[in-house]
Amino acid sequence: MTGFNLRGAYAIYVRELMRAMRTAFQSILAPVLTTSLYFIVFGAAIGGRMQAVDGVNYAAFIVPGLLLLTLLSESTSNASFGIYMPRFTGTIYELLSAPVGVAETLLGFVGAAATKSLILAAIILLTATFFVDYRIEHPILAIGYIMLVASAFSLFGFILGIWADNFEKLGIFPMLILMPLTFLGGTFYSIDMLPEPWSTIALFNPIVYLVNGLRWTFYGSSDVNIWVSFGLTISFLAICIAIIGFIFRTGYRLRT
Amino acid sequence: MQEPILEISGLTKVYDGGFKALDGVDLQIRKGEIFALLGPNGAGKTTLIGAVCGLVRPTSGTIRAFGLDLASDWRGARARIGLVPQELATDMFEPVGRAVKFSRGLFGKSPDPARVEEILRSLSLWDKRDEQIRKLSGGMKRRVLIAKALAHDPDLLFLDEPTAGVDVELRRDMWRQISILREQGVTVILTTHYIDEAEVMADRVGIIRNGKLLMVDDKDAMMARLGRTEAHINLAAPLTKLPASVSAFPVTIADDGMELVYRGGDGTGRGKRDVADLTKALSAAGIDYIGIDIRESTLEDIFVDLVGESA
Ligand SMILES: Nc1ncnc2c1ncn2[C@@H]1O[C@H](COP(=O)(O)OP(=O)(O)OP(=O)(O)O)[C@@H](O)[C@H]1O
Ligand SMILES: [Mg+2]
Repeated sequence: MTGFNLRGAYAIYVRELMRAMRTAFQSILAPVLTTSLYFIVFGAAIGGRMQAVDGVNYAAFIVPGLLLLTLLSESTSNASFGIYMPRFTGTIYELLSAPVGVAETLLGFVGAAATKSLILAAIILLTATFFVDYRIEHPILAIGYIMLVASAFSLFGFILGIWADNFEKLGIFPMLILMPLTFLGGTFYSIDMLPEPWSTIALFNPIVYLVNGLRWTFYGSSDVNIWVSFGLTISFLAICIAIIGFIFRTGYRLRT
Repeated sequence: MQEPILEISGLTKVYDGGFKALDGVDLQIRKGEIFALLGPNGAGKTTLIGAVCGLVRPTSGTIRAFGLDLASDWRGARARIGLVPQELATDMFEPVGRAVKFSRGLFGKSPDPARVEEILRSLSLWDKRDEQIRKLSGGMKRRVLIAKALAHDPDLLFLDEPTAGVDVELRRDMWRQISILREQGVTVILTTHYIDEAEVMADRVGIIRNGKLLMVDDKDAMMARLGRTEAHINLAAPLTKLPASVSAFPVTIADDGMELVYRGGDGTGRGKRDVADLTKALSAAGIDYIGIDIRESTLEDIFVDLVGESA
């Protein structure tokens, strides 16, 4: 038997989803709760006093940003824990001794993490309908973009889970870099609303492009060129894949 | 001789930090045999197994399994190798049956509930199939790991200390399992600290210390070559000089003439016959004795001799 081990990839994928099922209640309840809270605070309490942004009602305007906020952090943490825990507990021996390579591992772990993120996205969008009227101008592109972002950040999380050799490192990236960048990345506002020099500085924040890419698929408007958004997202995905390829070739942090 | 199922040559492993855990190991494993790898703590047994199973990156040397080079044809080779690790590492929240099913899939085999049931039954785990692994006893957990390793019907199975922390009854049970595997044609490589286990189970034995294979031989040949019989014959009256008929035997006088000590023979029972002949010679020479203490050396004695007490 040579070539791609599809059964192996599928086995990993199913097991990862099964693992998530153990905490299904929490996994569903948490995003429903946080999304609701955001809409109550930003939508109802503050949003009522905000003017429309680019012709979009403020509460609706924050839907893509809010979605992205959860998507980034959940994809990253799902995938990073998915690979970190087996390393930590030693169960990774089985994976390393199995006829699975980088492709099967990615399809299994990252596929499962991305799937969870998509389910999460659906839950958030569904929850949002109870609070605001929003439309999605390019639904197919929106789904595609959500999948792209979920995959890219699941890959990123996977790298993080291999790089980290303790729990602190596992948490430090999402908390110290990802979270601030996301909050400053125009999730809850248009960067046009920022005074100079901040609106120019914001252009160096990659998350700005992600948020605007997604917002464009919703409302057809964006602060930045959406091709740059797509290009950046795809480049990020490609870089992550290249790093993971390197990790598997050299056995970095996986094989002793 | 047919082509070896596993062929290791010049295998060296230097860990990050510079520790040399394996030092130019050459080893050939024959198809269908049970091979016991013996060595003190830190000798490099787990490292050797890890190098074959893909957990450890060899620093130099080549490993071929089923005629495939593991550096390039690892997919094909790994699909036919099973590993039961030394540490009890598995997702403790997973139910037994699902864990075994997962392992089968991971190694690229089509789902086969009947085969999984067979494996679980053979390891007395069928009743526990829906139980979370964390709820099982230590010995049962180990059997789950064995079931997982067998799930893809490997041709070559590594058992890294399969009976560590397992009670006597379960150990014998494990030995039975291993002989069943042998009958099915599975090649088994095991490590153990219980030398008697190797003595019962193994066709061949390898002794490793400080990353070097000191000796590899058929167990019986090793025992024959290095085995000894030691007999202490307590005499009724002190003896100062050996009669000619007795001095042909490898005996010495000890305990101020009150004891004759025989050291000789081999691991095949020649020593025992020798001692019988010796007692007849003593009787014929009119030397009376009041007790005989006879002891065959075990694989353990050989092992201790080879490895040295300090190691
Ligand atoms: N990841 C590692 N990094 C550095 N040194 C290691 C590593 N793993 C093992 N070693 C060292 O390599 C040597 C061989 O270890 P190994 O686990 O192969 O021994 P072993 O024969 O299996 O011992 P035991 O009988 O205790 O299981 C030991 O000295 C150990 O400290
Ligand atoms: Mg060991």
